[in-house]
Amino acid sequence: MLYRESGQFKTSYAADQQLFPILQDRIGVLTLLAVALVAVPLLASDYWLTAILIPFLVFALAALGLNILTGYAGQLSLGTAAFMAVGAFAAYNFQLRIPGIPILVSFALGGLTSAAVGVLFGLPSLRIKGFYLAVATLAAQFFIPWLLVKVSWFSNNSSSGVITAQPVEILGFVFDTPVRKYLFVLVVVAVMALAAKNMVRSAIGRAWMAVRDMDVAAEVIGIRIMQTKLIAFAVSSFYCGVAGALYAYAYLGSVEPDGFNLDLSFRILFMIIIGGVGSIMGSFLGAAFITLLPIFLDIVLTDGAIWLGLNLPSGTTSMAQLVVFGALIIFFLIVEPLGLARLWQIAKEKLRLWPFPH
Amino acid sequence: MQFFFEVLIGGLLAGVMYSLVALGFVLIYKASGVFNFAQGAMVFLAALTFVGLQEKFGLPLWGAFPLTLGVMVLLGIGIERVVLRPLVNQPQITLFMATIGLAFFLEGVAQLVWGTEVRRLDLGLQDEPIESVMERFNLLISKFDLVAALVAGLLVAVLAVFFNKTRIGRALRAVADDHQAALAVGIPLKQIWAIVWSVAGFVALVAGLLWGARNGVQFALTFVALKALPVLILGGFESVLGAIVGGLIIGASEKLAEVYLPSLMSDFLLKHYDISINLAGIEGWFAYMLALVFLLVRPEGLFGERHIDRV
Repeated sequence: MLYRESGQFKTSYAADQQLFPILQDRIGVLTLLAVALVAVPLLASDYWLTAILIPFLVFALAALGLNILTGYAGQLSLGTAAFMAVGAFAAYNFQLRIPGIPILVSFALGGLTSAAVGVLFGLPSLRIKGFYLAVATLAAQFFIPWLLVKVSWFSNNSSSGVITAQPVEILGFVFDTPVRKYLFVLVVVAVMALAAKNMVRSAIGRAWMAVRDMDVAAEVIGIRIMQTKLIAFAVSSFYCGVAGALYAYAYLGSVEPDGFNLDLSFRILFMIIIGGVGSIMGSFLGAAFITLLPIFLDIVLTDGAIWLGLNLPSGTTSMAQLVVFGALIIFFLIVEPLGLARLWQIAKEKLRLWPFPH
Repeated sequence: MQFFFEVLIGGLLAGVMYSLVALGFVLIYKASGVFNFAQGAMVFLAALTFVGLQEKFGLPLWGAFPLTLGVMVLLGIGIERVVLRPLVNQPQITLFMATIGLAFFLEGVAQLVWGTEVRRLDLGLQDEPIESVMERFNLLISKFDLVAALVAGLLVAVLAVFFNKTRIGRALRAVADDHQAALAVGIPLKQIWAIVWSVAGFVALVAGLLWGARNGVQFALTFVALKALPVLILGGFESVLGAIVGGLIIGASEKLAEVYLPSLMSDFLLKHYDISINLAGIEGWFAYMLALVFLLVRPEGLFGERHIDRV
């Protein structure tokens, strides 16, 4: 009754090909953006902004990047965190070494650097696939943080490679408070998510999906495998690189190479598995889930222990987190391999028929 | 030169230990086409359970071993029942991701049950040089490493016989070749999978004991398993022999690289570009890079099977 496309006639190609063809979807997205832009900054506390919303958005962007590569182009990567590190350190160095460069330009350059590195490590994908490729990306995951620590030029000779992000300033406006940082991240992420949404339905997006579903068949119908795969690596690494720069500049403020470890890569992989492989929205759902779950678990375990009068040894929460993450991954792969995004899709189908399901 | 041989032999013996972990991967991959990322977690779990049982109940070595083996067999059966069976006929990549989840799960459970502190594991073997070799050839070779290498060799021999000569082994190879054809001729797929995961659990236990005795039983054991991945890339995923040869190559080249490469590279950079950096710690990534380069040249590995794609 509320959500259906009947009666929405498309009279032009532009109307037919718009990003969200259903009116209710458009209203929904605009409302969401309005809430995120206006209501959240007014209502949310600093804790919510700095500890939940900003990391959520940053991780969502990284998950989006990985989803482009793994979900759309079908190339599994375990090196997401390394590409984030490249983005963060490259942005830092551009900002440091080129006087007067606008912050957004150095972010973009950081993303491009990351894209170049991504293409380099994506080269083996031309000959191998599946978990062979996962091992190749592991090489990036171990090599890049090592290099960033060892070559102190990257961190401007600071000890153990820690970098402290410069203040984010655009046209004289400094993004320093949590609210401002949040808005900055939100705008960057929203723009890049819309771009991704557009990209995956364009020619290159369709080529990615063809390669993912069966690369030999894709090649037979005339898709250039090499070009398609390398573009997927480049775009994915660009997104991860920008996410890494945001991670350093808007979320943590100062980062070290060892922070971008294998654990972070897995965390982002889990986001797309739980959120939905091959879905833009899934990246956001998964990021929200994985960001909120540890906080939720912490509260439940701590309060539960107090309530039961138990004295939990320290570290129990982080171990319980591992167990819950692992179990959830297996659960989702078995029950709903397409993740939370698929659940939302099913809900939408139901909604279209509601309240008369026949 | 003598130093070179010491490093080389040390590397080869360490390589045997990598092979031991890689064997577990190969077993499961051969029999079910699953790339078991959780092998490292199984190594960790086995070692931790072993030490935990010893500490808690004061069991001797020969008492804790069968008990831990029992735990690993139960685990193998459980994994088949809970994880693999519902995922039959899913794409390989899904199964791979499921084993990543499994790895996290096992790591969490192991530490919840037995705690997070580093444990010592004493197998009664000393990590000291063998005197007779030292006298005759003037080489330092650890007794422990040699025993570990012998155990690994023995294990490979047993597995080779098991795979090639026994009824179950033949069934395993049939399943690896073609699930559906194996089912059609009446091979019980579920049992076979449970068996192969149990055997992998056994290999994990042996690897866990040796690595645990060497480095202490701690979370870092799971990273040892990650080192087995380049070994597999080099040797080929389907080959037991490949796991051994790959392990030896990785072990030796990694140690040699760690000893010689950083100083060579630093000297070169200092001489020609006047840059001075300390490049120690190559061990952390050298094996992966070697595998990466190798993949570009020969994607199926040294002893792996060439795949032909059909539309």
